Amino acid sequence: MKKHLLLSTILSLTLAGGAWAANNPETGEALSDNANFSYWLLDSIATLDPQLIETVDDSDVARQLFEGLYTEGPTGDLIPAGALGYDVSDDKMTYTFHLRPEAKWSNGDPVTAADYVYAWERLVDPATASSYAWYMELMQIENATAVIAGEKPPTELGVKAIDDLTLEVKLITPLPYFVKMTVHGSVLPVHKATIDAFGQKWTDPGNLVSNGAYTLTVHKPGEKAVVTRNPMYWDNANTMMETGTFLTVNDNSIALTRYEAGELDTVGIPSGMYPQLKADRPDEAFSAPRACTYYYLLNMDTAKGPAALQDVNVRQALSMAVDRNIITDKILQSGQIPAYTLTPAAMAGFTVPDVPMAAMTQEERTAEAKRLLEAAGYTADNPLKLTLNYNTDEGHKKMAVAVQQFYKAVGVELTLNNNEWKVHSDLMHSHDYEMARSAWCGDYNEASTFLDLFTSSSGFNDVAYVNADYDKLMADAKTMEDPQANYTAAEQILAKDMPIIPIYHYTSSRMLKTDIKGYPSMNVFGNWYLKELYRVAQ
Amino acid sequence: MLSFIAKRLLVAIPTLLILIVSSALLMHAAPGGPFTGERKLPAEVLANLNAKYGLDQPLWMQIWTYLKDLIFHFDFGPSFKYKDRTVNDIIAQGFPITLKYGFWSFVVATVLGITAGVWASIRQNTWVDYLVLGVAIFGAVLPGFVLAPILVLVFTLWLRWLPGGGWEDGQWQYLVMPVIALSTGYVASIARIMRSSMLEVLTSNHVRTARAKGLPESVVIWRHVMKPAMLPLVSYLGPVFVGMVTGSVVIDMYFSTGGIGRSFVDSALNRDYSVMLGITILVGALTILFNLLVDILYAWIDPKIRY
Repeated sequence: MKKHLLLSTILSLTLAGGAWAANNPETGEALSDNANFSYWLLDSIATLDPQLIETVDDSDVARQLFEGLYTEGPTGDLIPAGALGYDVSDDKMTYTFHLRPEAKWSNGDPVTAADYVYAWERLVDPATASSYAWYMELMQIENATAVIAGEKPPTELGVKAIDDLTLEVKLITPLPYFVKMTVHGSVLPVHKATIDAFGQKWTDPGNLVSNGAYTLTVHKPGEKAVVTRNPMYWDNANTMMETGTFLTVNDNSIALTRYEAGELDTVGIPSGMYPQLKADRPDEAFSAPRACTYYYLLNMDTAKGPAALQDVNVRQALSMAVDRNIITDKILQSGQIPAYTLTPAAMAGFTVPDVPMAAMTQEERTAEAKRLLEAAGYTADNPLKLTLNYNTDEGHKKMAVAVQQFYKAVGVELTLNNNEWKVHSDLMHSHDYEMARSAWCGDYNEASTFLDLFTSSSGFNDVAYVNADYDKLMADAKTMEDPQANYTAAEQILAKDMPIIPIYHYTSSRMLKTDIKGYPSMNVFGNWYLKELYRVAQ
Repeated sequence: MLSFIAKRLLVAIPTLLILIVSSALLMHAAPGGPFTGERKLPAEVLANLNAKYGLDQPLWMQIWTYLKDLIFHFDFGPSFKYKDRTVNDIIAQGFPITLKYGFWSFVVATVLGITAGVWASIRQNTWVDYLVLGVAIFGAVLPGFVLAPILVLVFTLWLRWLPGGGWEDGQWQYLVMPVIALSTGYVASIARIMRSSMLEVLTSNHVRTARAKGLPESVVIWRHVMKPAMLPLVSYLGPVFVGMVTGSVVIDMYFSTGGIGRSFVDSALNRDYSVMLGITILVGALTILFNLLVDILYAWIDPKIRY
């Protein structure tokens, strides 16, 4: 309250004076006259409808417009936003969220539990045909699967408005990290009356009604979008940036030039340029872990995959022969972390387990790879021949060429097969490949977002990997308060069976202007909220 | 003449139909679909998507529905990728942008190209000729994706004269770099075509006669050389104009103009069938129209041609 008073006093004083100069209400730092933050988007915005969003770029914009039950702090901690708190039943299968009474939509309507119910039902409604509908199944919400399959109406979804400010959610499994999953963009509330009135056009500037700290004022597809402070937002008094500008620049190098020209406040660093930029401008360049892992798939499909990959020794050898340090230090050069296991260390509450391969030197690994291949019957006269598929991208190509060389050293002949993205994905999903490049970025801040991929029932298990012990560990982990022991065991099984070759864990390397403060550079999902950002006077 | 135009317009209808059907067949023959991604979608989610966009229908049915909507409602269908917009929206928003920078690029390219070509031809084998040829070869081999970043570097970062990209409803500051980047290659080609065509006409009998009559050189060039020398250029300029006003992926990518050039290439990569078809039809229709215009221009320039 004191904070609000202070800010409003400052605001009224400065407005009366006719000049815009304010201070950060918490730190007291003097703020710049320039209260716009300019952010780079690689692609044009495909949609701003939370239930239809599929890309990181779109989520970056939507996160400023809409506010869900919880937001995420710089280190992944949950911050009450649309919800003040929640109760959970003894069987941990019913969550009751208490909504913030002062929350309003930008048109002045109160944000009610019915808005959440509407949005969540909308996500699974077959008529919406959201490609993220499965997220609600992942959240273990009652009847999600049946609604998506069209067997039950959306109103049967296990989510109910008890009253305007009480939202009840019923789960089918006591999922310990359920609340963490509410940060995701697909479960943000939307304003029903607006959607009913405008249909597909509801996200146009002027139509769009939002409940976040900002409203959409400009959207020129392929060029830019502008969001402007929402005076109806419950915490508007503490919002410091007046506007956010999202510029679409399809080329990273051009984006960097425009950053240097002062048109952008932050930009991703083009591949391979991090060391130079860090040396030149250490205050602006940074690199931080991201919740993503890059790996090669080894097709274990008995009908479609190569016979050689059925042999665990061969799979081990193929993994050992890859010199991760050369890839991270010489090719990528942005602080990426060599990976010997699937889940990144950056995931909240997760400790990377010890696996034997990580402790070996590369010389030892290469020697062991040779030995294993020989034991499997592959020699100089009878070399192992495999094909690696990758999708069109300079970075993937460089790595594939490097891996080809690593394999040559152990007597494996690797043929590279480049395809455009859709063809590559199609071949992967239909198991028509031998080895394929792939990667995964977590959906929520918990290790299962990675480890669930390779259960035998997972739709994302493109390697046809089946291990009953692994499945059981992951199924049991769903209800455990502290599932780390199961995750450790699961990672060790993966490291032993080696259905995939983990190569590196991602980092996000960016340039950020020194006068921008509050940017959560350590957030492993890159989730940032414009309302937390401010620009200091320099 | 009128019956010629009417006939050509009538022929355009089956041409466009063949274009639509063959493009649709080709698109669907390409592996992957609009909803193929890193994550294989659960079967029921994919089924809902296919049902929403009519992709669960047999292909002939999809094409038939598309044609019906197009002909009776002028509806180019929904975009599978840009879910807030229809194909009509995408074209209505992007085409005026490409039309504007394309038109100005065309004007710049033809004016500069013709001037340079004429100048080089009447000063054949002098330094002027060599300079024009040299610049023309340089311009022709310098691809847009090299020129565009150089322009941004020079005009935005070093000189700070122009914004590094964006459109802002086509204000001149935002138009300069796209026009330079798009027109440079064409200036070069037009100059070369014009030069060789001029040289050919300059040595023809009617020009010798005109000179023998004692006409001043400027009159010879203007009245007797320029017009016939334009013929090969005109047939080149028709498709060039269409190519320019329907956008360039390089311009849209590097200058964030929001034009349809980028949408066209993206639609192919995204398997966004309806966007791809919509822009194909637009390009096809414009090509037919401008080829017709070229033929009409021919008749006007060359009295020997009669339809």
